Amino acid sequence: MNLWKIFSRGILEENPIFVLALSLCPALAVTSSVATALTMGLTVTFVITMNNVVVSVIRKLVNPKVRVPVYITSIATIVTLAILMLEAFAPELYQSLGIYLNLVVVFAIILARAESFASKNGVLPSLLDGLGMGAGFTLAMIVVGAIRELFGNGSLLGVQILGTWYNPPLLFIMAPGAFIVLGYLVGAMKIYQKKKENREKEREHV
Amino acid sequence: MTSYILLFVSAAIVNNFVLTRFLGLCIFFGVSKKLDASIGMGMAVTSVMTLSSMLAWAVYTFVLVPLGLTFLTTVVFVLLIASFVQLLEMLIKKLAPVLYGMWGIYLLLIATNCIVLGVPLLNAEAGYSFGMSVVNALGSGVGFAIAMILMSSIREKLEIADVPEPLQGLGIAFLVAGMLSLAFLGFSGMIAI
Repeated sequence: MNLWKIFSRGILEENPIFVLALSLCPALAVTSSVATALTMGLTVTFVITMNNVVVSVIRKLVNPKVRVPVYITSIATIVTLAILMLEAFAPELYQSLGIYLNLVVVFAIILARAESFASKNGVLPSLLDGLGMGAGFTLAMIVVGAIRELFGNGSLLGVQILGTWYNPPLLFIMAPGAFIVLGYLVGAMKIYQKKKENREKEREHV
Repeated sequence: MTSYILLFVSAAIVNNFVLTRFLGLCIFFGVSKKLDASIGMGMAVTSVMTLSSMLAWAVYTFVLVPLGLTFLTTVVFVLLIASFVQLLEMLIKKLAPVLYGMWGIYLLLIATNCIVLGVPLLNAEAGYSFGMSVVNALGSGVGFAIAMILMSSIREKLEIADVPEPLQGLGIAFLVAGMLSLAFLGFSGMIAI
């Protein structure tokens, strides 16, 4: 598999949120605005990439029987680093993300990539895999965040987009809005994939 | 006493962890296709969460705080809970094979899960006493079980419903969860802690 393919499949084909449906907690909990969604996306990208590299480097040293605890320790350490950095340099965002930052430790997607990719591949492919999955995750977070902030608050990244005539339904910012927006997005993703499959089938016929 | 009851109701219903705080969603969507599976899962999560909250409280209060290592809370809790669940699995397998046959598969799923890690973390953050931590964990577990049971009952009916093709599976599950969450929103503000 070429390197570009490794990087790019995380963005659409195997998008961690829309397709694999892994790590849903953050996608719903911190997407009430674009800023928090983006911060969470970048944090996860950082953790997943660093962890893929670490796991890939030590893959021949770790006894397969104890690999999961080793991976979890590695993930937890990197997450703690990320949390301390955010606390130091972006205290406001740190406050608004709260407990969900700590929970990055147990995001299924991070452990899944370590287990299914980084533990079997070299450093460079693992790095790209982490970056690609992180990019897909961040993109999904931004999409959900943008929809919720735009409809629920009439703004994007805190800048008012829709005028005063717009009376925002708070539902989008609150918990039910998260589920409903993500539900329709998953549906939209399925339609897109179906169309793509059909196109490929037609091409084969020709 | 009143504060314990209020905390329990708050954790179970008013601030339901699944539907208003989005914890434990992987299990919530993954295992809620059948009613009996979700009852088993709800009970397994409740018991594991209560036990690990006790353990986490002890480690936090007697080890991490005196040594000034609170920044390591996440690392320590994750390892603590994961190894505790492994131990529990071995014990149950040895001592109660029948129970293991019923719950064994769920235990592995629980080992690293948002809700099981999240509740001890929230307890530590809020500085709850031992009793409060246990009540909070119990309440959250019951709330999780309620959400699971509601969801799986609806999903069993959905099997025979005519759902538009792109929304089948995960899509409609999200929409249903949204409706449930909307219903639970009605409780919000009833108890302020």
